[in-house]
Amino acid sequence: MDQLHNIQSRAITDQEAQNITRLEELAYELRVNEVMTADLKALSPETPMVDALELFRSAKISGAPVISNGKLVGIISLEDLIRYLTNGGANSTVENFMSRNLITVRSTEPVVEALKLFVDTRHGRLPVMNEEGHPIGILTKGDITMGLLKALQRDYQIEELRTYRASHLFEDIVSDRTSLILRYTIKQGDFTQGGTASSRIKRALLRLGANPLIARRCGIATYEAEMNLIIHTEHGGIIRVEIEPHQITIEAYDDGPGIQDIDQAMRPGYSTASEEIRELGFGAGMGLVNISRCVDNMKLESTWGKGTRLRMKLFLQKPEGTPADKEIKA
Amino acid sequence: MTMTDANKPGKQSLAEIIQSLDLTLLTQPQDFSASIPTAGYTSDLLSCVMANASHQGIWITLQAHTNIVAVAALLDLCAVIVSEGALPDPATIQKANQEGVVLLSTPKTSFHIVGKLWEMGLRAE
Repeated sequence: MDQLHNIQSRAITDQEAQNITRLEELAYELRVNEVMTADLKALSPETPMVDALELFRSAKISGAPVISNGKLVGIISLEDLIRYLTNGGANSTVENFMSRNLITVRSTEPVVEALKLFVDTRHGRLPVMNEEGHPIGILTKGDITMGLLKALQRDYQIEELRTYRASHLFEDIVSDRTSLILRYTIKQGDFTQGGTASSRIKRALLRLGANPLIARRCGIATYEAEMNLIIHTEHGGIIRVEIEPHQITIEAYDDGPGIQDIDQAMRPGYSTASEEIRELGFGAGMGLVNISRCVDNMKLESTWGKGTRLRMKLFLQKPEGTPADKEIKA
Repeated sequence: MTMTDANKPGKQSLAEIIQSLDLTLLTQPQDFSASIPTAGYTSDLLSCVMANASHQGIWITLQAHTNIVAVAALLDLCAVIVSEGALPDPATIQKANQEGVVLLSTPKTSFHIVGKLWEMGLRAE
């Protein structure tokens, strides 16, 4: 763990870059031929070094493969050019200065293999070979960075598109009154899933283009209702969310045991939760209080022995200064 | 929603906080230098956190069970610091990674961490 947390405090090395999980996934998914430069600026062994110099300048590159009869025979980098110039820049050809220590990567390999090669060999660029062993491109660390960034952007655009489609749902469907209904079954005692339904409801609202503050208030209210179903019922219950352009109606209902004294239940700090549940941090007696602070309208009905029904409303289009604007921390 | 000068948030990034308080990152590494927490909050009662923790705030707690992830995700918290060496189980850490929740751990007490954060300029909302 220490090793991981040190990453935050200094520049990331190539070795550590491989530990970044999110990018790591992409590094395994993306193939070398998806990120390489395919527009190959190649030289032949007989090319004069002066021409190589000119190619580097005009094409703004810092390295090029040397190809003879379709076969890769060497690679020329900026260092080779500098060596040539410090030697006086006399008439000479590429084959006298090129590096013959060739490390290549196959076009169908995942990007992560190329990353390993960069780390192990400290080479600045790798010629990319096809299945027949012919050079078809060149790969630098910059190409990989660009490829990964583009892939991340693609992910982001897909999510944007989902949000866009969802937010136009109500405009695209014409009826006298359109609503979207989400239902979630909440299991009694299932603490590990606690908050799952409310997270999903919040995400759905954001995708539908709801104001983040509204989504947050809705998330908090449904979280408390969800935990009440998990903690205080005999068989769990249902959360039903009805989303309309002008309001969100949330209902949480169960079949028992019910609340004996609703006034008492609404009192801040009052809870019937057991000691074990309190140890988990629940049972602060603030759940219903939180709900009433987050929603515009709340109705709690319960019959002891029968069950409880909690109905909450949030208004989406409201004039300023109505109780709906009461302050919720955000 | 409005922030007055009296409770202006500290300028420290989460990266600096992790480093100065020697916190252990439990979730996946990322660049925290642009993540600036807005405020701090501490409680081990989840409903109180729901009511009082700030958007993009830091929450210090000794609860380590899986529901802290749901709370942090719903509130869009900047990070959760789990104190006194309590360790969330691997399933909780995995869930945090899925939900984009940052979990940090420290052997120190909540009081110690809150004090240090206050010294660094972090305030309650």
